[in-house]
Amino acid sequence: MTEAVEPGALRGMLENMLTIRAYEEKAAAMQAVGQAAGTCTSVGQEAAAVGVVAALGAEDLILTNHRSAGHLLARGADPARIYAEVLGKATGYCKGKSGSLHVSAKELGVVLTSTIVGAELSLAAGVGLASSMQGRNNVVACFFGDGAASEGSFHESLNLAAVWKLPILYVCENNQWQAFVHRRETMPMDHISDWAASHGMPAASVDGNDVEAVYRAAQAGIAHIKTTGQPYFLETWTYRTRGHYEPDDQGYVDPDELAAWRAQDPIDRLQRKLDLDAVEIQVIQKRVAQRIEKAWNEAIAAPYPALADLTSDVYA
Amino acid sequence: MQCLTINDAIGQAIAEEMRRDSNVMMFGEGVATKRVDLLNEFGGRRIRNTPLAEGIIAGAAVGASAMGMRPVIDLLFAPFMTLAMDELVNSAGKLRYMSGGQFKFPLVAMAMTGTGWTVGAQHNHNLEAWFVHSPGLKVVMPSTAADFKGLMKSAIRDDNPVLFFVEMAMTFDSGEVPDGEHLVPLGKAAVRRAGSDVTLISYGKSVRACEAAASQLAEKGVFAEVIDLRSLKPLDEAAILASAKKTGRVVVVHEANRMCGVGAEIAAILAEKAFVALKAPVLRITSPDVPAPSSYPLELAFAPQADAIATAAASLFESDQKAVREIQSS
Ligand SMILES: Cc1ncc(C[n+]2csc(CCOP(=O)(O)OP(=O)(O)O)c2C)c(N)n1
Ligand SMILES: [Mg+2]
Repeated sequence: MTEAVEPGALRGMLENMLTIRAYEEKAAAMQAVGQAAGTCTSVGQEAAAVGVVAALGAEDLILTNHRSAGHLLARGADPARIYAEVLGKATGYCKGKSGSLHVSAKELGVVLTSTIVGAELSLAAGVGLASSMQGRNNVVACFFGDGAASEGSFHESLNLAAVWKLPILYVCENNQWQAFVHRRETMPMDHISDWAASHGMPAASVDGNDVEAVYRAAQAGIAHIKTTGQPYFLETWTYRTRGHYEPDDQGYVDPDELAAWRAQDPIDRLQRKLDLDAVEIQVIQKRVAQRIEKAWNEAIAAPYPALADLTSDVYA
Repeated sequence: MQCLTINDAIGQAIAEEMRRDSNVMMFGEGVATKRVDLLNEFGGRRIRNTPLAEGIIAGAAVGASAMGMRPVIDLLFAPFMTLAMDELVNSAGKLRYMSGGQFKFPLVAMAMTGTGWTVGAQHNHNLEAWFVHSPGLKVVMPSTAADFKGLMKSAIRDDNPVLFFVEMAMTFDSGEVPDGEHLVPLGKAAVRRAGSDVTLISYGKSVRACEAAASQLAEKGVFAEVIDLRSLKPLDEAAILASAKKTGRVVVVHEANRMCGVGAEIAAILAEKAFVALKAPVLRITSPDVPAPSSYPLELAFAPQADAIATAAASLFESDQKAVREIQSS
């Protein structure tokens, strides 16, 4: 087993998780007052993004989906530029052409974000193939949801990665929801890792609300990929505590289930584990809140794209 | 008359057809969550949530329809239909013909499309013409609450696969719907506004832009006829030709990309069958050859707006005069 993660690193993870939470809550609040279009938040799932991304190296690549802000922020994205993208502004990572649902940031190694559920799984195979052909010796982390595992592309991707020995770390954030449908309505078992195992790759399921556990599990997966050159599957068992997107009254959610998972909030759990005093926590929270506020204001002040950009970037 | 949102008009149509025919059922991602009224009335065997997998949703509908069921499937947003293309195009569209008529596929595949929600090109792609281009399929795209209801009922009763497109921006708009049994036949266009000088042909929410353009034109003394195609396949050729022959000037308007869109087909039909009646070239006002942008100002610039339609229509009269001048000066 890997050694204990040192407290300094865990404090960094706490700040990253708080940043994601603050980012998402601000986006939701601004949607509620009509200042932003709806987004898919990752509230409750921050540990997966932060734990996995912390285990990646600078040369590693990330594919993500419609619920990407956590992955982007964990990778060091500028919240002002994500907000700008959500607002359709020229300073966004995709020049305002994406909106919130498909934010790629190649400069951060976050490539080919797609809101077509399951697309990231198909594309990851190609990114992994290029890595292997070009001898890059990197890992391709592919984030996707439990719902995506019902698409054919999930099985097609895992099979190809296994037979072609592609350096892919599959990260399934099993948040129990697939938009407005509970996972138990769509599959006969609980764990996506069971499906993955039947594709002939090592597959682990980890407590997705324990950031330290996620980090270690990701490290183990990456070590496997680096030593064997073969893919690895990691499921983070977690819960989407806000709606599918904003606004969403979650009227279809069992309140007891939601309350039980809220009690397992990954940020609260890490705060308890670190046993920080109240002042220390306040200092971090204030720093995070100021950063997010500043980012939002920057994005609001940014210009929209020029109308000429309607027809740019269609062909290379 | 009752006043219903388009979403409710669709729901009412499905409910009525489900009461009428026990073979009608509905499934899709979140259908049972979002259409609770249908779930409560008809139960979980006939109203089902599905796994997140468009290919199997469409494939199951094709297989079930061949065996006598009448499934309505909701594929959510039109771009997701690309994951069901094989089932819709290769199976539903072709297996009747390829089996020598042994099977029929009475299914309805719904999807939302169009600008207005700034959702970007993977949620908004007006790909209706792809299906018009595919034999064996029918395609409808209504623009009023009454038509959403009446066409949905006809689509469910039709023995062929019908692609049913819903403008997402109109989903929660309300409109009048006749009480009682209300059917609108597939393949029949509607004249939304009669006029004598120029014909504006459109479908979906572009019809509204055409109506607004017609009002602008009327202020200048130009009387535009506005035709709402409603069905793209079968296409109401008779209505298109009759109006074109009356006015001699035609502007076709749609949000779908320009090349090989429905507008191109209409221009070709007019060139083939109404050439001598035309007093000016047929114009198309469409989105440009780009994916639908998300950014609000770009999305607005992408979709045909009333001003551009009115300007285009007015230009047909200018070119007419220029042509007359050219003839006179020669
Ligand atoms: C191919 C496709 N089908 C449907 C959708 C609509 N949709 C967007 S997210 C989503 C649920 C995805 O569930 P999951 O994969 O578990 O990811 P989560 O949203 O829970 O992170 C659905 C149905 C889509 N974007 N793409
Ligand atoms: Mg999920």
